Amino acid sequence: MNEEVRLEGVTHVYVTEQGASLAVEAINLALAPGEFVSLVGPSGCGKTTILSLIAGLLRPTQGAVMVNGRAVSRPDGKVGYMLQSDYLFPWRTILQNVKIGLELTGNRTPEAEERALRLLEEMGLAHTKDWVPQQLSGGMRQRVALVRTLATEPELLLLDEPFSALDYQTKLQLEDLIVETLKKKGKTALLVTHDLAEAIAMSDRVIVLDRHPGRIRREVSIPEDIRKETPFRAREHPDFYPIFNEIWSELEAKNAGGRSRHGEEEDRHADAT
Amino acid sequence: MPTPHNAGAEREKLTGRVYAAYRASRRRTAWLVRLTQALLLLGGLSLWELAGRSKWIDVLLFSYPSKVFRLLYDKLLEGTLLPHIGVTVAETVAGFVLGTLLGAGLAILIWWSPFLQRVLDPYIVVLNSMPKVALGPLFIVGLGPGLLSIIAMTLAITVIITTLVIYSSFQEVDAHYRKVVRIFGGSRRQEFLKAILPASFPAIVSTLKVNVGLAWIGVIVGEFLVSKEGLGYLIIYGFQVFNFTLVIGSLFIIAIVAAVMYQAVAYLETKLTGRR
Repeated sequence: MNEEVRLEGVTHVYVTEQGASLAVEAINLALAPGEFVSLVGPSGCGKTTILSLIAGLLRPTQGAVMVNGRAVSRPDGKVGYMLQSDYLFPWRTILQNVKIGLELTGNRTPEAEERALRLLEEMGLAHTKDWVPQQLSGGMRQRVALVRTLATEPELLLLDEPFSALDYQTKLQLEDLIVETLKKKGKTALLVTHDLAEAIAMSDRVIVLDRHPGRIRREVSIPEDIRKETPFRAREHPDFYPIFNEIWSELEAKNAGGRSRHGEEEDRHADAT
Repeated sequence: MPTPHNAGAEREKLTGRVYAAYRASRRRTAWLVRLTQALLLLGGLSLWELAGRSKWIDVLLFSYPSKVFRLLYDKLLEGTLLPHIGVTVAETVAGFVLGTLLGAGLAILIWWSPFLQRVLDPYIVVLNSMPKVALGPLFIVGLGPGLLSIIAMTLAITVIITTLVIYSSFQEVDAHYRKVVRIFGGSRRQEFLKAILPASFPAIVSTLKVNVGLAWIGVIVGEFLVSKEGLGYLIIYGFQVFNFTLVIGSLFIIAIVAAVMYQAVAYLETKLTGRR
């Protein structure tokens, strides 16, 4: 029972006006407390669907989603979620943005507000508390979004490509900051990303997904040596690129397979069933 | 070689000089614009006056400025002008405020219930494409030839368009803002209050400006049809007794009062959205 997150045989069917399609199928996944896990895979592999299921934004068509031993039914503010962009509210100041989670979870105690302010200080953003989001750079804004997520003290953080809208340098800095902050606070995290290097550099474990429908293809544990480095330093570790190439060829093989005639037949077969 | 300190001072001097030149040229342009505007107005009025006095145009139909101002001045002294202005302004403000509130309320209602939105959709389409002025006789019969009919006419013109504009501004709010609220376990009510409403606030405020203009249309048409006082009534009365000086004078006052009201709303808009 010592698991922060558990997905058991989770299948989700998306319904649109055009029809229903299988987004993810038979996903089994467990995260231990304090673990940092990444999901990588081509677009359309249902990465974001998995995050939405864990957050309670979607209900699984089949299977069970449990967070901290309890079945998830709707979002309750106990799971933190960082989006691809910061989505800070432009009509609120930075401090008001940070406090939105406290307002919505009905937890606006003086202690909680004090904690939010302290988090802002830790991120080196205390001086911006009365500014509006438009006055901040992209990296600063995503740091504010991190504070907003952490302010409600979630045990689990879902990170949905939170660096994809940032320039390379800012992205590397933020990766270090997030890993360091989450490790220090002992949070569990599930990161969705397109960027394989980012996944390896930040995580304890990388999960490779297939697409149409999304299925777990492979799990790769990252060696202790790389894990204990910061994401920036991890990229310079001699063992980093062998792992990178291993997962890369895995993804390549899958894509190449999808393009061959044989693959097409398989696809058609899959559509028919 | 200038020392670093000197270089800094030199740079400041240069940027200062360029900025001063820029400001001076901006000021000059602003003055030229104002001057041309004043000349156009004065020129137009003088030409009109001259044309009227020299009988180039039919004075009975087109009057001329000094005659119009004389009439307005006399009526002002008589005390018969201000009540008309007061009535029309009161009707416009009432129609404007009620129309905006009702329109916004309806928009919130159909946002809240997508089912209701789908049910009401064809009715809204028909009502929106309907020339509302055509409803005038119905209002008079139903509500009596008075204030109520005039307000109803104003509402008919403002409510539906307000609803459509505000509802579509709700729809245009980035879904991710709502997602932020939902992630923290926010209810639909909170989604609306914390994300939708503040995000579409500028759009809502900008409908105010449109509604001022529409409210004037409703009130003047309403007064044409039923009233015994107001600026619309003065126009119709002047027309019936063939006093076109009165018609033009009333138009002149409407232009001024409507412009003042529009400016007031524009000022309100910058006040309300000034923080952004």
